[in-house]
Amino acid sequence: MDAANYLYLSALLFTIGAVGVVVRRNAIVVFMCIELMLNAANLSFVTFSRINGDLNGQVIAFFTMVVAACEVVVGLAIIVTIYRSRRSASVDDASLLKR
Amino acid sequence: MVFTAPVLNYTLLSPILILLGGALIGVLVEAFVSKGLRAITQLSVTLGTLILSLVQVWKIRNEQSLTAAAGSVVIDGPAVLLQASILIIAIISVFVIADTDHFTALAASLPGSDEERHAVQSGNQVTEVYPLTLFAISGMMLFPISSDLITLFVALEMLSLPLYLMAGLSRRRRLASQEAALKYFLLGAFSSAFFLFGMAYLYGYSASVTFAGIRESVVGGSGNDVLLLIGMAFVSIGLLFKVGAVPFHAWSPDVYQGAPTPITGFMAAATKVAAFGAMLRIYYTVFANAQWSWTPLLSAIAIITMLFGSLVAIAQRDVKRMLAYSSIAHAGFLLAGVIALNKAGLDASIFYLFAYGVATVGAFAIVTLVRDAGGEVTDLNRWKGLGKRSPWIATTFAGFLLAFAGIPLTSGFIGKFSIFSAAYESGAKSVVIAGVLSSAIAAFFYIRVIVLMFFTDSVQDGTSVEIPSALTRITIIFSTVVTFALGIYPAPLLSFITNLATFIR
Repeated sequence: MDAANYLYLSALLFTIGAVGVVVRRNAIVVFMCIELMLNAANLSFVTFSRINGDLNGQVIAFFTMVVAACEVVVGLAIIVTIYRSRRSASVDDASLLKR
Repeated sequence: MVFTAPVLNYTLLSPILILLGGALIGVLVEAFVSKGLRAITQLSVTLGTLILSLVQVWKIRNEQSLTAAAGSVVIDGPAVLLQASILIIAIISVFVIADTDHFTALAASLPGSDEERHAVQSGNQVTEVYPLTLFAISGMMLFPISSDLITLFVALEMLSLPLYLMAGLSRRRRLASQEAALKYFLLGAFSSAFFLFGMAYLYGYSASVTFAGIRESVVGGSGNDVLLLIGMAFVSIGLLFKVGAVPFHAWSPDVYQGAPTPITGFMAAATKVAAFGAMLRIYYTVFANAQWSWTPLLSAIAIITMLFGSLVAIAQRDVKRMLAYSSIAHAGFLLAGVIALNKAGLDASIFYLFAYGVATVGAFAIVTLVRDAGGEVTDLNRWKGLGKRSPWIATTFAGFLLAFAGIPLTSGFIGKFSIFSAAYESGAKSVVIAGVLSSAIAAFFYIRVIVLMFFTDSVQDGTSVEIPSALTRITIIFSTVVTFALGIYPAPLLSFITNLATFIR
């Protein structure tokens, strides 16, 4: 199979993620869409790694996973805190700072 | 397959390693030191670490190396200058952060809960802000010196993640502060996904993760240009987000307003230095030969950023939001230095970053002092007549505003003048015209605040100016002295920067 197809798939996943971030209102779902975007980038890295015959892309994919895990730790901490004080994780409810 | 151990040059890496060590000690201090001694121990560990690191940066100022960490970081003049700027800004920020009254006693507790009240009453104030600051600073130090994509991405996250948390630590208006953290986190993570996706395409274009490899491909021009363009565009989105350029600025007014003020000052100043440092390195070395493809777009973004920041700042009624829009405008001015793409532009950008960063920390330090019974007062209407009640504080704040406006005899003037002349030299005339125009607009709202403070009758509504603590006083005095010294006699620093600032490839 042509490796370029994986690039199309990755671009598609990335777009789904980006659209999800824009249209979804629940912070957890928004966050999951961001994770989808990161994983789309990972798929691109691995595909390019295959196309270029170079292992660095796969190494980056592992780094991305670790970084994404750290992001989950920080992100969920923030989302859970805000949920506990507001009883809602909707990004629309968080509007104290708008004028 | 033979495994060769990577060779690390510990001397050149020591500034960052010291910071990371200090941050880990900070975590241990948080866990094991009794509550009475915790704050002072944390403060001494943090300041000691920062000063040690600065000394180490000073020692390596003339070093140049591409192989300090097996090709992942590069140490050269700009790297040292940017690291030193970040450390100096960090030290004066820590003096303001040391006033623990700004931070929640227990970030995990619900706002207004018994748990929180108990933590305040028993003096059980957590001080995790210090190790978080150190982790953020080590990321900032690594960001502008990275020379491959992996290090760049890890450094970006290392500087961002602690900042997301720090934005949510305010003691007063905790809901707003948590909201700032949420917004900063979601938008920051969104932009880093773009950044990562762009990196993947740069890797696909050049089959290399190092800046040197990507530059070779750009110079050779043999690869698929579509991949390069996608890669450049998406990586630029990530970087422009971090510096708060229009149209990627939406987070900054909210985060600036919601975050605890000492953190806002630190974040505004130090993140800009780190992000512009990385941006300068990437555009000046990696993308320099593809100049035709990014200069027009980046010029347009610079022009919009300057004008938008200056125009919207006029309508602001909150001093922190006003400073946020002013920082957006300054991001536009700094982009002029990136577009210049010449030696003068690099020197001017580094000077501007340092001068602007120091003045910003000073200005936010003053914002922390204007309070009433419920905490800080950031509503500009309540700043009326401040000059009559606290002439010294108001005068100092006016000095910082004049520096932001770029009035002669302040560092802001020298910075703007040198950055615009570098951009003019390189032929970016439209950017320079927009820059001068928006400086004039910006001067209007800075001077309006000065008029408000000095020539308007004060209102008696309980707003008062706190006597600064000794540490905050050091920050304010240092920032003022630097701002005016660099305005009156900038030659030594300018020539120091000119001698050192050359990217090695």
